Amino acid sequence: MNKPHSNKAWFLVLPVFILVAFSAIVPLMTVVNYSLQDIFDVSTRYFVGTEWYREILNNSRLQDSLVRQFIFSGSVLLIEIPLGIGVALMMPKSGKWSVISLLILALPLLVPLNVVGTIWQIFGRADIGLFGWALNSLGIDYNYAANPIDAWLTVLLMDVWHWTSLVALLSFSGLRAIPDAYYQAASIDRASAWAVFRYIQLPKLKSVLLIGVLLRFMDSFMIYTEPFVLTGGGPGNSTTFLSQALTKMAVGQFDIGPAGAFSIIYFLIILLVSWLFYTAMTHSDNK
Amino acid sequence: MSWMAWTTPSALFFIGIACILIGMTYWEIVSPCIARKGFFPIETTRGDRLFISLLSAAFIHLGFIGFTEVTIWLPFTVAIIWLLIVMKWG
Repeated sequence: MNKPHSNKAWFLVLPVFILVAFSAIVPLMTVVNYSLQDIFDVSTRYFVGTEWYREILNNSRLQDSLVRQFIFSGSVLLIEIPLGIGVALMMPKSGKWSVISLLILALPLLVPLNVVGTIWQIFGRADIGLFGWALNSLGIDYNYAANPIDAWLTVLLMDVWHWTSLVALLSFSGLRAIPDAYYQAASIDRASAWAVFRYIQLPKLKSVLLIGVLLRFMDSFMIYTEPFVLTGGGPGNSTTFLSQALTKMAVGQFDIGPAGAFSIIYFLIILLVSWLFYTAMTHSDNK
Repeated sequence: MSWMAWTTPSALFFIGIACILIGMTYWEIVSPCIARKGFFPIETTRGDRLFISLLSAAFIHLGFIGFTEVTIWLPFTVAIIWLLIVMKWG
């Protein structure tokens, strides 16, 4: 029987496998071990089975954080993906202005996460921050430190400011990769701008958008630093997302066992949703 | 067993997963799989079906652990049956 391919090629993957084993698989196995034990250190530990999982799944504060996290990630995707595509479509296609636009768009991506939080913390303040002061001067009662809705809007706005550029840059590279022949054919057919977008640009953008959606989902679902610096999870618990709850549990309270169980559940949710996105977007061609 | 804070159940769990992966690799070498469409709305390979089964097994266990008081062997049995169904007809 003729084999369709040589399995020896898999040996080329071995170095990557070893690297991933040490950077991801072994730590994940350790977390699984911890999640089944009441553990303080290697010599002080008791096997508790699935007890921590039951506790975490029934913890109402964590359930609230999960709901909050889904609302946040959903909002981020609904705003940043269309906005990023829109920005990419409006950008100059070539020349000096194209380079300038690319540079300006890349700037927010270069700012460290905790600096983004600090920028917005100051920017949103009613006394010294331009944004907060301007809104209050317009008669809008805005205070992200006291009002949960204001805090949410500020966190969302901060994420949109920070990460829409990523989607825009990915979309821009996708748009530039479309051969001119497609546009020429469309103009011969007198296709409208909407038809060009719907039947040429959007299908051709699919692979870069897949990366964009996955990156933005995973990043926003794991968001920690920016809301922690901006609101500290408050007012109350209104902007406490899963990462912050997990950090509080693992580092603040040193509850390593429950934090391990929490981490595994968190990881499984991200894995499931990312797989669903990936499958839905890669299999839509086959319909 | 103190290395990485191993316990017997977690060691058995990972040995099980490793055996499944080794078995699947051997199966793939002996008889390479062809993607097909079963009851899932997507075309799947044998590896896809295993991934779907394992991921669902995790959520089946979480569902039973979190929201019922039954023994862990019940979700384990459900997950095994689900794995067999998915591998055969998925």
